[in-house]
Amino acid sequence: MSIEALYIILTGALVAASSALLGSFLVLRKMAMLGDAISHAVLPGIVVAFLLSGQRENLSLLIGAAASGLLATFLIELLHRKARLQEDASIGISFTWLFAIGILLISTYTGQVDLDQECVLYGEIAYVPLDQISLGSWWTGPRPLLISGLLFLVSLGYIIISFKGLKLLSFNQDHARSLGVRTQVWHFSFMAMVSLVTVLAFEIVGAILIVAFLVVPAATAYLWSRSLIPMLILAVVFGVLSSVGGYYLALGLDGSIAGAMVSVAGILMAISVLIIKVLKRT
Amino acid sequence: MSLEKQVVGEVVLEVHNLSASYNRKPVLWDIDFQLTAGQLVGIVGPNGSGKTTLLRNIMGLMEADSGYVRLFGKGLNEVRDRVSYVPQRESVDWDFPVSVREVVEMGRYRPKNLLRRLKTSDQDLVDQALEKVGMLEYAARQIGQLSGGQQQRVFLARALAQDADLYLMDEPFVGVDAATEDAILKVLTELKEDGKTVVIVHHDLQTAFQYFDSMVLLNTRLVAVGPKNSVFTKENLQEAYGGRLTVLSKLSQVIASSEFPVREKGFKEKTGKGDPQDG
Repeated sequence: MSIEALYIILTGALVAASSALLGSFLVLRKMAMLGDAISHAVLPGIVVAFLLSGQRENLSLLIGAAASGLLATFLIELLHRKARLQEDASIGISFTWLFAIGILLISTYTGQVDLDQECVLYGEIAYVPLDQISLGSWWTGPRPLLISGLLFLVSLGYIIISFKGLKLLSFNQDHARSLGVRTQVWHFSFMAMVSLVTVLAFEIVGAILIVAFLVVPAATAYLWSRSLIPMLILAVVFGVLSSVGGYYLALGLDGSIAGAMVSVAGILMAISVLIIKVLKRT
Repeated sequence: MSLEKQVVGEVVLEVHNLSASYNRKPVLWDIDFQLTAGQLVGIVGPNGSGKTTLLRNIMGLMEADSGYVRLFGKGLNEVRDRVSYVPQRESVDWDFPVSVREVVEMGRYRPKNLLRRLKTSDQDLVDQALEKVGMLEYAARQIGQLSGGQQQRVFLARALAQDADLYLMDEPFVGVDAATEDAILKVLTELKEDGKTVVIVHHDLQTAFQYFDSMVLLNTRLVAVGPKNSVFTKENLQEAYGGRLTVLSKLSQVIASSEFPVREKGFKEKTGKGDPQDG
Protein backbone atom coordinates (compact mmCIF):
# COMPACT_ATOMS: atom_id res chain seq x y z
CA MET A 1 0.00 0.00 0.00
CA SER A 2 1.32 3.39 -0.95
CA ILE A 3 1.65 6.12 1.63
CA GLU A 4 -0.90 8.13 -0.36
CA ALA A 5 -3.45 5.34 -0.03
CA LEU A 6 -2.79 5.14 3.69
CA TYR A 7 -3.30 8.89 4.06
CA ILE A 8 -6.61 8.74 2.20
CA ILE A 9 -7.92 5.75 4.10
CA LEU A 10 -6.83 7.12 7.44
CA THR A 11 -8.41 10.51 6.79
CA GLY A 12 -11.65 8.89 5.67
CA ALA A 13 -11.63 6.59 8.68
CA LEU A 14 -11.10 9.42 11.15
CA VAL A 15 -13.90 11.49 9.62
CA ALA A 16 -16.18 8.46 9.53
CA ALA A 17 -15.39 7.64 13.16
CA SER A 18 -16.10 11.18 14.33
CA SER A 19 -19.35 11.23 12.37
CA ALA A 20 -20.33 7.84 13.74
CA LEU A 21 -19.90 8.97 17.36
CA LEU A 22 -22.12 12.02 16.96
CA GLY A 23 -24.40 10.34 14.45
CA SER A 24 -25.23 7.64 16.99
CA PHE A 25 -26.93 10.23 19.13
CA LEU A 26 -28.65 11.74 16.10
CA VAL A 27 -30.07 8.31 15.34
CA LEU A 28 -31.08 7.68 18.96
CA ARG A 29 -32.72 11.06 19.21
CA LYS A 30 -34.59 10.33 15.96
CA MET A 31 -32.97 13.38 14.48
CA ALA A 32 -31.14 11.85 11.55
CA MET A 33 -32.69 14.44 9.28
CA LEU A 34 -31.26 17.16 11.47
CA GLY A 35 -27.83 15.92 10.41
CA ASP A 36 -28.97 16.30 6.84
CA ALA A 37 -30.20 19.78 7.61
CA ILE A 38 -26.97 20.88 9.29
CA SER A 39 -24.81 19.47 6.53
CA HIS A 40 -26.61 21.59 3.96
CA ALA A 41 -27.05 24.62 6.14
CA VAL A 42 -23.33 25.07 6.79
CA LEU A 43 -22.81 25.95 3.13
CA PRO A 44 -23.64 29.69 3.26
CA GLY A 45 -21.44 30.06 6.34
CA ILE A 46 -18.54 28.44 4.55
CA VAL A 47 -19.00 30.57 1.46
CA VAL A 48 -19.31 33.81 3.42
CA ALA A 49 -16.26 32.96 5.52
CA PHE A 50 -14.40 32.07 2.33
CA LEU A 51 -15.38 35.31 0.61
CA LEU A 52 -14.36 37.36 3.63
CA SER A 53 -11.05 35.66 4.28
CA GLY A 54 -10.35 35.01 0.63
CA GLN A 55 -8.66 31.70 1.22
CA ARG A 56 -9.40 28.14 2.08
CA GLU A 57 -7.89 28.58 5.48
CA ASN A 58 -9.64 26.35 7.94
CA LEU A 59 -10.27 28.40 11.02
CA SER A 60 -12.46 31.02 9.37
CA LEU A 61 -14.34 28.38 7.38
CA LEU A 62 -14.87 26.54 10.61
CA ILE A 63 -16.28 29.55 12.40
CA GLY A 64 -18.48 30.41 9.44
CA ALA A 65 -19.81 26.90 9.15
CA ALA A 66 -20.40 26.48 12.86
CA ALA A 67 -22.22 29.81 12.87
CA SER A 68 -24.55 28.89 10.05
CA GLY A 69 -25.04 25.39 11.47
CA LEU A 70 -26.19 26.94 14.72
CA LEU A 71 -28.27 29.45 12.79
CA ALA A 72 -30.05 26.52 11.15
CA THR A 73 -30.63 24.86 14.52
CA PHE A 74 -31.97 28.12 15.87
CA LEU A 75 -34.17 28.68 12.81
CA ILE A 76 -35.63 25.19 13.10
CA GLU A 77 -36.42 25.71 16.79
CA LEU A 78 -37.90 29.12 16.04
CA LEU A 79 -40.19 27.87 13.28
CA HIS A 80 -41.19 24.86 15.34
CA ARG A 81 -41.84 26.58 18.64
CA LYS A 82 -42.86 30.11 17.79
CA ALA A 83 -44.48 29.71 14.39
CA ARG A 84 -45.86 26.34 15.54
CA LEU A 85 -44.92 24.51 12.38
CA GLN A 86 -44.32 20.78 12.57
CA GLU A 87 -40.70 19.89 13.26
CA ASP A 88 -40.16 18.13 9.92
CA ALA A 89 -41.59 21.11 8.04
CA SER A 90 -39.33 23.45 10.02
CA ILE A 91 -36.30 21.34 9.15
CA GLY A 92 -37.27 21.15 5.49
CA ILE A 93 -37.68 24.88 5.22
CA SER A 94 -34.59 25.93 7.16
CA PHE A 95 -31.95 23.82 5.49
CA THR A 96 -33.11 24.07 1.90
CA TRP A 97 -33.31 27.83 2.26
CA LEU A 98 -29.84 28.17 3.76
CA PHE A 99 -28.42 25.73 1.24
CA ALA A 100 -30.02 27.73 -1.58
CA ILE A 101 -28.37 30.89 -0.31
CA GLY A 102 -25.06 29.06 -0.28
CA ILE A 103 -25.50 27.85 -3.85
CA LEU A 104 -26.52 31.33 -4.92
CA LEU A 105 -23.42 32.82 -3.31
CA ILE A 106 -21.10 30.28 -4.92
CA SER A 107 -22.58 30.72 -8.37
CA THR A 108 -22.51 34.50 -8.09
CA TYR A 109 -18.90 34.74 -6.95
CA THR A 110 -17.64 31.68 -8.67
CA GLY A 111 -15.36 33.71 -10.97
CA GLN A 112 -13.65 35.41 -8.06
CA VAL A 113 -13.02 32.53 -5.74
CA ASP A 114 -11.65 29.07 -6.09
CA LEU A 115 -14.53 27.14 -4.60
CA ASP A 116 -16.50 25.09 -7.04
CA GLN A 117 -19.89 23.53 -6.50
CA GLU A 118 -18.71 20.06 -7.43
CA CYS A 119 -16.15 20.07 -4.67
CA VAL A 120 -18.61 21.46 -2.13
CA LEU A 121 -21.26 18.90 -2.96
CA TYR A 122 -19.15 15.83 -3.47
CA GLY A 123 -15.83 16.56 -1.79
CA GLU A 124 -12.55 15.24 -3.04
CA ILE A 125 -10.79 12.89 -0.73
CA ALA A 126 -8.36 11.84 -3.47
CA TYR A 127 -6.60 15.22 -3.11
CA VAL A 128 -5.86 14.61 0.56
CA PRO A 129 -2.18 13.66 0.06
CA LEU A 130 -1.51 16.78 -2.04
CA ASP A 131 -2.28 19.26 0.70
CA GLN A 132 0.85 18.95 2.83
CA ILE A 133 1.59 20.67 6.09
CA SER A 134 4.63 20.62 8.35
CA LEU A 135 4.54 20.83 12.10
CA GLY A 136 8.01 22.11 12.79
CA SER A 137 10.49 19.41 11.97
CA TRP A 138 8.81 16.42 13.58
CA TRP A 139 5.85 15.76 11.34
CA THR A 140 5.08 16.45 7.72
CA GLY A 141 1.90 15.11 6.23
CA PRO A 142 -1.44 15.96 4.70
CA ARG A 143 -3.28 18.80 6.39
CA PRO A 144 -6.69 17.03 6.13
CA LEU A 145 -5.25 14.06 7.99
CA LEU A 146 -4.07 16.26 10.83
CA ILE A 147 -7.44 18.00 10.96
CA SER A 148 -9.37 14.74 10.90
CA GLY A 149 -7.21 13.43 13.73
CA LEU A 150 -7.91 16.50 15.83
CA LEU A 151 -11.58 16.28 14.92
CA PHE A 152 -11.73 12.71 16.12
CA LEU A 153 -10.06 13.60 19.42
CA VAL A 154 -12.44 16.52 19.97
CA SER A 155 -15.50 14.41 19.11
CA LEU A 156 -14.37 11.58 21.35
CA GLY A 157 -13.66 14.01 24.18
CA TYR A 158 -17.06 15.62 23.76
CA ILE A 159 -18.86 12.28 23.79
CA ILE A 160 -16.98 11.07 26.87
CA ILE A 161 -17.60 14.27 28.82
CA SER A 162 -21.23 14.62 27.75
CA PHE A 163 -22.10 10.93 27.82
CA LYS A 164 -24.54 11.03 30.74
CA GLY A 165 -26.23 14.18 29.52
CA LEU A 166 -26.63 12.89 25.97
CA LYS A 167 -27.94 9.57 27.22
CA LEU A 168 -30.50 11.27 29.43
CA LEU A 169 -31.56 13.69 26.71
CA SER A 170 -31.81 11.01 24.05
CA PHE A 171 -33.76 8.54 26.13
CA ASN A 172 -36.38 10.80 27.58
CA GLN A 173 -36.19 14.53 27.01
CA ASP A 174 -39.25 15.34 29.11
CA HIS A 175 -37.73 13.50 32.05
CA ALA A 176 -34.49 15.45 31.59
CA ARG A 177 -36.43 18.70 31.65
CA SER A 178 -38.38 17.61 34.71
CA LEU A 179 -35.03 17.15 36.50
CA GLY A 180 -34.23 20.77 35.69
CA VAL A 181 -31.65 19.92 33.02
CA ARG A 182 -31.33 22.74 30.50
CA THR A 183 -32.07 20.62 27.48
CA GLN A 184 -31.80 23.56 25.06
CA VAL A 185 -28.20 24.17 26.09
CA TRP A 186 -27.41 20.48 25.59
CA HIS A 187 -29.21 20.47 22.27
CA PHE A 188 -27.27 23.46 20.97
CA SER A 189 -23.92 22.18 22.17
CA PHE A 190 -24.62 18.90 20.44
CA MET A 191 -25.68 20.63 17.24
CA ALA A 192 -22.53 22.78 17.37
CA MET A 193 -20.50 19.56 17.43
CA VAL A 194 -22.48 18.13 14.52
CA SER A 195 -21.82 21.36 12.59
CA LEU A 196 -18.12 21.09 13.38
CA VAL A 197 -17.89 17.53 12.13
CA THR A 198 -19.92 18.39 9.08
CA VAL A 199 -17.78 21.31 8.01
CA LEU A 200 -14.52 19.47 8.49
CA ALA A 201 -15.83 16.42 6.73
CA PHE A 202 -17.32 18.43 3.93
CA GLU A 203 -13.99 19.04 2.25
CA ILE A 204 -13.40 15.33 2.26
CA VAL A 205 -16.69 13.66 1.42
CA GLY A 206 -18.76 16.68 0.46
CA ALA A 207 -21.89 18.25 1.85
CA ILE A 208 -24.22 15.51 0.68
CA LEU A 209 -22.34 12.36 1.56
CA ILE A 210 -21.50 13.51 5.07
CA VAL A 211 -25.13 12.82 5.91
CA ALA A 212 -24.51 9.17 5.12
CA PHE A 213 -21.41 9.15 7.34
CA LEU A 214 -23.46 10.62 10.19
CA VAL A 215 -26.37 8.24 9.88
CA VAL A 216 -25.54 4.94 8.18
CA PRO A 217 -22.79 3.48 10.43
CA ALA A 218 -24.70 4.62 13.52
CA ALA A 219 -27.97 3.13 12.32
CA THR A 220 -26.22 -0.13 11.46
CA ALA A 221 -24.69 -0.25 14.92
CA TYR A 222 -28.10 0.47 16.46
CA LEU A 223 -29.46 -2.70 14.85
CA TRP A 224 -26.80 -4.79 16.60
CA SER A 225 -26.64 -3.16 20.01
CA ARG A 226 -28.29 -3.63 23.35
CA SER A 227 -26.35 -0.99 25.16
CA LEU A 228 -24.96 2.38 24.37
CA ILE A 229 -21.19 2.07 24.65
CA PRO A 230 -21.01 -1.04 22.42
CA MET A 231 -23.23 0.80 19.96
CA LEU A 232 -20.82 3.74 19.81
CA ILE A 233 -17.83 1.43 19.37
CA LEU A 234 -19.60 -0.57 16.69
CA ALA A 235 -20.64 2.60 14.86
CA VAL A 236 -16.99 3.66 14.76
CA VAL A 237 -15.99 0.20 13.49
CA PHE A 238 -18.58 0.34 10.72
CA GLY A 239 -17.42 3.85 9.80
CA VAL A 240 -13.79 2.74 9.58
CA LEU A 241 -14.71 -0.38 7.58
CA SER A 242 -16.65 1.80 5.14
CA SER A 243 -13.62 3.99 4.67
CA VAL A 244 -11.19 1.12 4.07
CA GLY A 245 -13.60 -0.89 1.93
CA GLY A 246 -14.66 2.18 0.00
CA TYR A 247 -11.10 3.05 -0.93
CA TYR A 248 -10.46 -0.36 -2.45
CA LEU A 249 -13.86 -0.45 -4.13
CA ALA A 250 -13.11 2.89 -5.76
CA LEU A 251 -9.67 1.64 -6.76
CA GLY A 252 -11.20 -1.43 -8.38
CA LEU A 253 -13.93 0.48 -10.17
CA ASP A 254 -11.77 3.54 -10.83
CA GLY A 255 -14.59 5.67 -9.42
CA SER A 256 -15.28 8.29 -6.77
CA ILE A 257 -13.72 7.38 -3.43
CA ALA A 258 -16.30 9.21 -1.34
CA GLY A 259 -19.12 7.59 -3.28
CA ALA A 260 -17.58 4.17 -2.81
CA MET A 261 -17.13 4.70 0.95
CA VAL A 262 -20.78 5.55 1.41
CA SER A 263 -21.81 2.66 -0.86
CA VAL A 264 -19.84 0.29 1.36
CA ALA A 265 -21.53 1.75 4.42
CA GLY A 266 -24.88 1.03 2.77
CA ILE A 267 -23.82 -2.51 1.90
CA LEU A 268 -22.77 -3.14 5.52
CA MET A 269 -26.19 -1.92 6.57
CA ALA A 270 -27.96 -4.23 4.11
CA ILE A 271 -25.88 -7.23 5.21
CA SER A 272 -26.67 -6.43 8.85
CA VAL A 273 -30.38 -6.26 8.18
CA LEU A 274 -30.25 -9.62 6.40
CA ILE A 275 -28.19 -11.36 9.09
CA ILE A 276 -30.41 -10.04 11.87
CA LYS A 277 -33.53 -11.20 9.98
CA VAL A 278 -32.07 -14.68 9.62
CA LEU A 279 -30.93 -14.80 13.25
CA LYS A 280 -34.37 -13.79 14.48
CA ARG A 281 -36.04 -16.47 12.44
CA THR A 282 -33.95 -19.29 13.88
CA MET B 1 -64.07 21.79 47.24
CA SER B 2 -61.32 21.56 49.82
CA LEU B 3 -59.47 18.51 50.94
CA GLU B 4 -58.58 19.76 54.39
CA LYS B 5 -61.50 17.86 55.90
CA GLN B 6 -60.03 14.58 54.79
CA VAL B 7 -56.33 15.01 55.33
CA VAL B 8 -54.89 17.74 57.42
CA GLY B 9 -51.50 18.36 55.93
CA GLU B 10 -49.16 20.66 54.15
CA VAL B 11 -50.41 22.01 50.82
CA VAL B 12 -48.07 20.40 48.30
CA LEU B 13 -49.61 21.49 45.03
CA GLU B 14 -51.53 24.61 44.12
CA VAL B 15 -52.82 25.28 40.64
CA HIS B 16 -54.09 28.80 40.15
CA ASN B 17 -56.39 29.82 37.30
CA LEU B 18 -54.43 27.70 34.84
CA SER B 19 -55.39 27.82 31.18
CA ALA B 20 -53.46 26.09 28.43
CA SER B 21 -53.94 25.32 24.77
CA TYR B 22 -52.55 23.27 21.90
CA ASN B 23 -52.55 24.98 18.51
CA ARG B 24 -54.80 27.70 19.89
CA LYS B 25 -57.41 25.16 20.94
CA PRO B 26 -58.04 25.38 24.68
CA VAL B 27 -57.24 22.18 26.53
CA LEU B 28 -57.37 23.49 30.07
CA TRP B 29 -59.59 26.35 31.14
CA ASP B 30 -59.23 28.22 34.41
CA ILE B 31 -58.18 25.24 36.52
CA ASP B 32 -57.86 26.10 40.19
CA PHE B 33 -57.31 23.67 43.04
CA GLN B 34 -54.90 22.60 45.73
CA LEU B 35 -53.82 19.25 47.15
CA THR B 36 -52.50 18.38 50.58
CA ALA B 37 -49.78 15.93 51.51
CA GLY B 38 -50.05 12.23 52.26
CA GLN B 39 -52.63 11.01 49.78
CA LEU B 40 -53.12 9.25 46.50
CA VAL B 41 -54.85 11.58 44.07
CA GLY B 42 -56.35 10.57 40.76
CA ILE B 43 -56.70 12.99 37.88
CA VAL B 44 -59.61 11.61 35.89
CA GLY B 45 -61.73 12.70 32.99
CA PRO B 46 -62.66 11.64 29.47
CA ASN B 47 -60.19 11.39 26.59
CA GLY B 48 -58.87 14.79 25.59
CA SER B 49 -60.01 16.40 28.82
CA GLY B 50 -56.55 17.82 29.53
CA LYS B 51 -55.25 15.33 32.10
CA THR B 52 -51.79 14.93 30.58
CA THR B 53 -51.66 18.63 29.73
CA LEU B 54 -52.30 19.47 33.38
CA LEU B 55 -49.39 17.28 34.47
CA ARG B 56 -47.09 18.73 31.80
CA ASN B 57 -48.02 22.24 32.90
CA ILE B 58 -47.30 21.45 36.52
CA MET B 59 -43.86 20.16 35.45
CA GLY B 60 -43.18 23.23 33.32
CA LEU B 61 -42.96 21.13 30.17
CA MET B 62 -45.29 23.43 28.30
CA GLU B 63 -46.17 27.06 28.60
CA ALA B 64 -49.50 27.97 30.13
CA ASP B 65 -51.59 30.70 28.55
CA SER B 66 -52.37 32.07 31.97
CA GLY B 67 -52.28 31.10 35.60
CA TYR B 68 -49.48 29.55 37.62
CA VAL B 69 -48.50 26.55 39.68
CA ARG B 70 -46.90 26.42 43.14
CA LEU B 71 -45.29 23.35 44.61
CA PHE B 72 -44.69 23.26 48.35
CA GLY B 73 -45.54 26.96 48.24
CA LYS B 74 -42.65 27.68 45.88
CA GLY B 75 -41.84 27.85 42.20
CA LEU B 76 -40.91 24.59 40.50
CA ASN B 77 -37.22 25.46 40.07
CA GLU B 78 -36.76 25.89 43.81
CA VAL B 79 -38.17 22.45 44.63
CA ARG B 80 -37.15 20.27 41.66
CA ASP B 81 -35.52 17.71 43.94
CA ARG B 82 -38.80 17.16 45.77
CA VAL B 83 -40.84 16.46 42.65
CA SER B 84 -40.66 13.41 40.42
CA TYR B 85 -42.38 13.09 37.08
CA VAL B 86 -43.25 9.84 35.32
CA PRO B 87 -44.30 10.40 31.68
CA GLN B 88 -46.49 7.97 29.76
CA ARG B 89 -44.72 4.72 29.01
CA GLU B 90 -45.30 5.12 25.27
CA SER B 91 -43.47 8.45 25.29
CA VAL B 92 -40.06 6.76 25.08
CA ASP B 93 -38.41 4.35 22.69
CA TRP B 94 -38.16 1.03 24.51
CA ASP B 95 -35.70 -0.27 21.91
CA PHE B 96 -33.23 2.30 23.20
CA PRO B 97 -29.93 0.55 23.95
CA VAL B 98 -29.84 0.94 27.73
CA SER B 99 -30.22 -1.50 30.59
CA VAL B 100 -32.88 -1.41 33.29
CA ARG B 101 -30.27 -0.23 35.76
CA GLU B 102 -29.14 2.63 33.53
CA VAL B 103 -32.71 3.92 33.24
CA VAL B 104 -33.19 3.85 37.00
CA GLU B 105 -29.81 5.57 37.45
CA MET B 106 -31.22 8.47 35.43
CA GLY B 107 -33.47 9.12 38.41
CA ARG B 108 -30.31 10.21 40.23
CA TYR B 109 -29.15 12.54 37.45
CA ARG B 110 -29.16 16.21 38.32
CA PRO B 111 -28.05 19.22 36.27
CA LYS B 112 -25.02 19.48 38.57
CA ASN B 113 -23.83 15.88 38.40
CA LEU B 114 -24.23 15.25 34.67
CA LEU B 115 -20.52 15.65 34.04
CA ARG B 116 -19.54 13.44 36.97
CA ARG B 117 -19.92 9.85 38.06
CA LEU B 118 -22.79 8.89 40.36
CA LYS B 119 -21.87 8.50 44.01
CA THR B 120 -22.17 5.28 45.98
CA SER B 121 -25.12 6.76 47.86
CA ASP B 122 -26.84 7.32 44.50
CA GLN B 123 -26.18 3.72 43.51
CA ASP B 124 -27.68 2.55 46.82
CA LEU B 125 -30.87 4.46 46.09
CA VAL B 126 -30.97 2.86 42.63
CA ASP B 127 -30.65 -0.60 44.21
CA GLN B 128 -33.40 0.13 46.71
CA ALA B 129 -35.71 1.42 44.00
CA LEU B 130 -35.13 -1.67 41.85
CA GLU B 131 -35.74 -3.88 44.87
CA LYS B 132 -39.01 -2.13 45.75
CA VAL B 133 -40.53 -2.76 42.34
CA GLY B 134 -39.13 -6.29 42.16
CA MET B 135 -36.84 -5.61 39.20
CA LEU B 136 -33.42 -6.11 40.82
CA GLU B 137 -32.89 -9.43 39.07
CA TYR B 138 -33.60 -7.77 35.70
CA ALA B 139 -31.16 -4.90 36.28
CA ALA B 140 -28.80 -5.92 33.48
CA ARG B 141 -31.50 -6.55 30.87
CA GLN B 142 -32.01 -4.24 27.95
CA ILE B 143 -35.32 -2.45 28.45
CA GLY B 144 -36.66 -3.70 25.11
CA GLN B 145 -36.64 -7.27 26.44
CA LEU B 146 -39.16 -6.46 29.17
CA SER B 147 -42.92 -6.87 29.17
CA GLY B 148 -45.11 -3.79 29.26
CA GLY B 149 -45.72 -4.21 32.97
CA GLN B 150 -42.01 -4.59 33.69
CA GLN B 151 -41.27 -1.47 31.66
CA GLN B 152 -43.77 0.43 33.75
CA ARG B 153 -42.08 -0.84 36.90
CA VAL B 154 -38.75 0.43 35.59
CA PHE B 155 -40.31 3.86 35.16
CA LEU B 156 -41.66 3.66 38.70
CA ALA B 157 -38.22 2.66 39.99
CA ARG B 158 -36.66 5.62 38.22
CA ALA B 159 -39.16 7.89 40.00
CA LEU B 160 -38.49 6.21 43.36
CA ALA B 161 -34.75 6.70 42.86
CA GLN B 162 -35.43 10.42 42.67
CA ASP B 163 -36.47 10.19 46.32
CA ALA B 164 -39.05 12.96 46.00
CA ASP B 165 -41.98 14.10 48.15
CA LEU B 166 -44.44 14.61 45.32
CA TYR B 167 -44.84 12.12 42.49
CA LEU B 168 -46.68 12.98 39.29
CA MET B 169 -47.43 9.94 37.16
CA ASP B 170 -49.07 9.79 33.77
CA GLU B 171 -51.11 6.61 33.24
CA PRO B 172 -48.88 4.17 35.18
CA PHE B 173 -51.55 1.44 35.03
CA VAL B 174 -51.93 1.34 31.26
CA GLY B 175 -51.22 -2.05 29.74
CA VAL B 176 -49.85 -3.64 32.92
CA ASP B 177 -50.40 -7.20 34.12
CA ALA B 178 -51.99 -8.11 37.45
CA ALA B 179 -48.64 -8.67 39.17
CA THR B 180 -47.43 -5.21 38.15
CA GLU B 181 -50.68 -3.61 39.21
CA ASP B 182 -50.25 -5.10 42.66
CA ALA B 183 -46.60 -4.09 42.77
CA ILE B 184 -47.40 -0.52 41.80
CA LEU B 185 -50.25 -0.24 44.30
CA LYS B 186 -48.03 -1.58 47.06
CA VAL B 187 -45.35 0.98 46.31
CA LEU B 188 -47.90 3.79 46.12
CA THR B 189 -49.38 2.81 49.47
CA GLU B 190 -45.91 2.80 51.04
CA LEU B 191 -45.26 6.26 49.63
CA LYS B 192 -48.53 7.50 51.09
CA GLU B 193 -47.70 6.01 54.49
CA ASP B 194 -44.40 7.88 54.40
CA GLY B 195 -46.40 11.09 54.06
CA LYS B 196 -45.63 11.54 50.38
CA THR B 197 -48.15 12.63 47.80
CA VAL B 198 -48.82 10.81 44.56
CA VAL B 199 -50.85 12.38 41.77
CA ILE B 200 -51.83 9.99 39.01
CA VAL B 201 -53.44 10.59 35.65
CA HIS B 202 -55.85 7.72 35.18
CA HIS B 203 -58.50 7.12 32.55
CA ASP B 204 -60.48 4.26 34.09
CA LEU B 205 -63.16 5.43 36.49
CA GLN B 206 -63.86 2.04 38.01
CA THR B 207 -60.31 1.32 39.07
CA ALA B 208 -59.78 4.98 39.94
CA PHE B 209 -62.42 4.64 42.61
CA GLN B 210 -60.59 1.68 44.12
CA TYR B 211 -57.08 3.11 43.96
CA PHE B 212 -57.32 6.72 45.03
CA ASP B 213 -58.30 8.74 48.09
CA SER B 214 -59.06 11.94 46.27
CA MET B 215 -59.92 12.92 42.74
CA VAL B 216 -59.48 15.80 40.38
CA LEU B 217 -62.25 15.45 37.81
CA LEU B 218 -61.46 17.29 34.60
CA ASN B 219 -63.12 18.07 31.35
CA THR B 220 -61.10 21.03 30.07
CA ARG B 221 -62.63 22.84 33.04
CA LEU B 222 -62.33 21.56 36.58
CA VAL B 223 -65.54 19.65 37.29
CA ALA B 224 -64.82 18.67 40.87
CA VAL B 225 -61.99 18.09 43.31
CA GLY B 226 -61.95 16.47 46.75
CA PRO B 227 -62.43 13.12 48.49
CA LYS B 228 -63.50 10.47 46.01
CA ASN B 229 -66.98 10.02 47.42
CA SER B 230 -67.79 13.68 47.08
CA VAL B 231 -66.34 13.89 43.57
CA PHE B 232 -67.91 10.78 42.12
CA THR B 233 -71.50 11.91 42.27
CA LYS B 234 -73.88 11.30 39.44
CA GLU B 235 -74.09 15.01 38.68
CA ASN B 236 -70.33 15.50 38.52
CA LEU B 237 -69.76 12.47 36.33
CA GLN B 238 -72.59 13.47 34.06
CA GLU B 239 -71.03 16.89 33.70
CA ALA B 240 -67.60 15.46 32.92
CA TYR B 241 -68.67 12.64 30.66
CA GLY B 242 -71.68 14.25 29.06
CA GLY B 243 -74.13 11.68 30.33
CA ARG B 244 -72.65 8.58 28.78
CA LEU B 245 -74.79 6.36 30.92
CA THR B 246 -72.90 3.13 30.40
CA VAL B 247 -70.04 4.61 32.35
CA LEU B 248 -72.29 5.85 35.08
CA SER B 249 -74.23 2.70 35.58
CA LYS B 250 -71.08 0.56 35.61
CA LEU B 251 -69.57 2.92 38.09
CA SER B 252 -72.54 2.98 40.40
CA GLN B 253 -72.20 -0.79 40.64
CA VAL B 254 -68.58 -0.40 41.64
CA ILE B 255 -69.42 2.21 44.21
CA ALA B 256 -72.24 0.14 45.58
CA SER B 257 -69.99 -2.85 46.01
CA SER B 258 -66.99 -0.91 47.23
CA GLU B 259 -67.26 -2.42 50.69
CA PHE B 260 -66.16 -5.63 49.01
CA PRO B 261 -62.86 -5.10 47.25
CA VAL B 262 -63.29 -5.62 43.53
CA ARG B 263 -60.59 -8.06 42.63
CA GLU B 264 -61.87 -9.85 39.59
CA LYS B 265 -59.48 -10.72 36.80
CA GLY B 266 -61.60 -8.73 34.41
CA PHE B 267 -60.46 -5.47 35.92
CA LYS B 268 -56.84 -6.37 36.23
CA GLU B 269 -56.31 -7.47 32.71
CA LYS B 270 -57.75 -4.43 31.11
CA THR B 271 -55.28 -3.26 28.52
CA GLY B 272 -56.44 0.22 29.22
CA LYS B 273 -56.69 1.46 25.64
CA GLY B 274 -59.30 4.17 25.65
CA ASP B 275 -61.98 4.90 28.15
CA PRO B 276 -64.05 2.14 29.69
CA GLN B 277 -67.11 2.99 27.64
CA ASP B 278 -65.19 2.06 24.51
CA GLY B 279 -64.62 -1.52 25.54
